[in-house]
Amino acid sequence: MSGNDLPAPQESAPAPVDDWPLWEVFIRSQHGLAHKHVGSLHAADAAMALANARDVYTRRNEGVSLWVVPSAQITASSPDDKEPLFEPAKDKIFRHPGFYKVPPEVKNL
Amino acid sequence: MDAEALFTFNLRMGDSALVLSQRLGEWCGHGPALEEDLALANTALDLLGHARLWLSLAGEVEGRGRDEDQLAFLRDAGEFRNLLLVEQPNGDYAATMARQYYYDAWHHPLLQQLAGAAEPRVAAIAAKAAKEAAYHLHRSREWVIRLGDGTEESHRRMQAAADELWPFTGEMFAADDADRACADLAALRPGWQAEVAATFARATLTLPASAWMPQGGKQGVHTEKLGYILAEMQFLQRAYPGERW
Repeated sequence: MSGNDLPAPQESAPAPVDDWPLWEVFIRSQHGLAHKHVGSLHAADAAMALANARDVYTRRNEGVSLWVVPSAQITASSPDDKEPLFEPAKDKIFRHPGFYKVPPEVKNL
Repeated sequence: MDAEALFTFNLRMGDSALVLSQRLGEWCGHGPALEEDLALANTALDLLGHARLWLSLAGEVEGRGRDEDQLAFLRDAGEFRNLLLVEQPNGDYAATMARQYYYDAWHHPLLQQLAGAAEPRVAAIAAKAAKEAAYHLHRSREWVIRLGDGTEESHRRMQAAADELWPFTGEMFAADDADRACADLAALRPGWQAEVAATFARATLTLPASAWMPQGGKQGVHTEKLGYILAEMQFLQRAYPGERW
């Protein structure tokens, strides 16, 4: 606490991002809609992740609700499995609700 | 209400927010993590917004044609009415958070009190600013607890910062006639002490012993640090008067 020089926290300690785990951030932009993945951030625990999500991802009035999930808790499908997983659905058009007329009043479907 | 008192009180509110905002801005690009860097800049911008409202009202009340910019950029240190606390250097992250926490724990309840003020313009500014101040307090309190109840090193630094800045907290509750015309600062003290005691208990920090409390910031008697802050903050307007983006 002396002088006006800017401190250099990295000199005495490792950068915190080295030990802070990664979190995935989900935002609900308005009531009635689902939470949507917006990105990720580093934080020491869930409370800090929520606070950081507020500061990093909701600066421009983006949402009404936040979720944070440890990235390590997400199990993702492998890109190699793309064909067996998704190809079979492509030629089954009868599974798409494309034969119904959607009333113009229905905004979010 | 006495216009002179209202002018002085507005300067005190605005200058404290402005100087603390400038201090937090020094962290921009130097934060310990990207997330913290952004969060500090957010807080700084919130406080800058408060300063603009208070200083605009001060200029309006004064009635000599000075606007927020002239009050912010064309006054010298002796005319600033901010708390001594907010001009203290950033130091390490513990010092920045101790300064922020002491201020936030006073600032938020003060704004809540002012939201019920008889002067409608003061009440309107306070009601708007209180929402942001509530989040600032939440954040700085979390950091005091994290660092205090963290590693041996973070605890040592947090305690040192809490002790070093403690003497500057007395000024927040010392009221003169201008303060008394607009707020009841003494009434905030028990709540502030209870808030700090509870947080320090969770943070495993020792409450600093009562000490001599320097004052004078609110009367324009500052530490030498304010001059350096203003030199940087005011340089552009001093060197190129009236320059705009």
